[in-house]
Amino acid sequence: MYTQAMDTMREEGGQPALRTAEEAALQQRFDNRIDAGDFIEAKDWMPDNYRKTLLRQISQHAHSEIVGMLPEGNWITRAPTLKRKAILLAKVQDEGGHGLYLYAAAETLGQSRDQMLDSLHSGKAKYSSIFNYPTLTWADVGTIGWLVDGAAIMNQVPICRCSYAPYARAMIRICREESFHQRQGYDSLLAMMQNGTEAQKAMVQDAVNRWWWPCLMMFGPPDDQSPNSAQGMRWGIKRVSNDTLRQKFVDATVQQAQVLGVSLPDPDLRWNEATQHWDFGTIDWSEFWRVVGGEGPCNRERLAMRVAAWEEGEWVREAALAHSRKQARKEKAA
Amino acid sequence: MQASIQIPATPELDYLLRLGDTCLISGQRLGEWCGHGPILEEDIALSNMALDLIGQSRALLTLAGQKSGKGFDEDQLAFLRDEGAYRNPTLAELPRGDFAFTILRNLVLSTWLKLIWERLRDSRDAELAAIAGKALKEARYHQQHAADWAVRLGDGTEESRRRCEAALAQIAPYLPELFEDDTVDAAAEASGLGPAWSSLREPWLAEMGEVLGEAGLALPESTKFRSTGKVGRHSEHMGYLLAEMQYLQRAYPGGAW
Repeated sequence: MYTQAMDTMREEGGQPALRTAEEAALQQRFDNRIDAGDFIEAKDWMPDNYRKTLLRQISQHAHSEIVGMLPEGNWITRAPTLKRKAILLAKVQDEGGHGLYLYAAAETLGQSRDQMLDSLHSGKAKYSSIFNYPTLTWADVGTIGWLVDGAAIMNQVPICRCSYAPYARAMIRICREESFHQRQGYDSLLAMMQNGTEAQKAMVQDAVNRWWWPCLMMFGPPDDQSPNSAQGMRWGIKRVSNDTLRQKFVDATVQQAQVLGVSLPDPDLRWNEATQHWDFGTIDWSEFWRVVGGEGPCNRERLAMRVAAWEEGEWVREAALAHSRKQARKEKAA
Repeated sequence: MQASIQIPATPELDYLLRLGDTCLISGQRLGEWCGHGPILEEDIALSNMALDLIGQSRALLTLAGQKSGKGFDEDQLAFLRDEGAYRNPTLAELPRGDFAFTILRNLVLSTWLKLIWERLRDSRDAELAAIAGKALKEARYHQQHAADWAVRLGDGTEESRRRCEAALAQIAPYLPELFEDDTVDAAAEASGLGPAWSSLREPWLAEMGEVLGEAGLALPESTKFRSTGKVGRHSEHMGYLLAEMQYLQRAYPGGAW
């Protein structure tokens, strides 16, 4: 998902030995609160690893929103109608807004936005693998809305109950907007599939073929290869396992594909009467690891574009700071 | 490939297209910033303004389509005209440039648009007056945003000031086109459709002078050059902008979007 790299990182190391009776008491109190389903606020005591894990997860999520503006932003100037251009602008702008809420949520854990951006720009921090795929046609924009945002909703709704309250609150707002994003994507594809030309229908099918498997990878590696999941679950940061969410997404999407009139590119996709779920084929995890490891189709371009925007904007940020310093001096003198 | 539509040449239609295309082409240029702004907040602000401008262009092009007598809709007008049938002043189509250029062009155009929207609230055309009422609120915000940044950049550092001066020097030759009348203005004024553009000049200079004064900047002397976008003779930049903007409508004739 947007924070799938959490599954791919080494653990921070074991819980450090508790030093004092006071700390042990705090830890016990924290554990009790988590067990009771309480929310943790920024001012509350929390174990270091809980803080670090959350910080990493929320900042990865924020970076995904910001890098995620690029593949769709790629089509703003080419959107085919003014209505679609307006919708796309609003959607990509929302993603920037999600980035802002999330950076703000992460800042409550003690890291500045600039520090988080430095980690992104240096390649140290990760973002979702899905944004390293190219948007080659207009149908990719609709497909991202339908499948990528659909997968994101599936993952993010449970995070609205995350034990860390500032993150949970940000996610409630984000999920509301994501559902609009998914609907507009589906609606855009439906318009082409129901009333479009054969060339448009082929464009939609091609986009679905290219995005389907990367979308299934968004949920992260299978549960038995996701070593950090158990701790995340224990802390109430992660609520539902990767495989459960992936299955839920496939089950919901198959029917939507049928209504749309597209096929999903998986010969093994079939209804399983016994499990009451859709069985699907084997995911090519070597591709996932390649993309997460920096060798996807657009990793270099995406990061380079973020770095370029940041570097080209440096003089603007400096000017704004210089102006506000001058203003402060003037006010002080007055 | 989808063929171009032909627009009847009437002063009323030209007046509406000049305004509608200014919004459309400015919105197109501002949309280029999405994902590339210097600060996340500004990325969002510029995209938001692009969105407002596209919304304004939709209302105006719909109205122009109704008045064309040919039943054109907003998308036919936005995507299927030949370059010479676009009526925006050339300033709107110049490449987005750096942040200083974008801010100062926004200041110029949002101040100009705000003034014209104020006047158009009294248009004899009720539809246009209603569009103006809504657009005015947006233009006021755009002007305020651009003015705040013009002051920050003009006052900020040596570099930001130098970039602002360079941007103003680049913008200045395209300003007269915003304030010189022709038969379209005369007809609009006579019919009560809207003000002659020349009448915007004084209040525009006053408002610009106030902001630029605070920013420690000034408009350069005007030049003898005259841009001619509003009569359909554009800069070399326009062809590329339209090729990109029109591509899908042209490449997929009969498509549904």
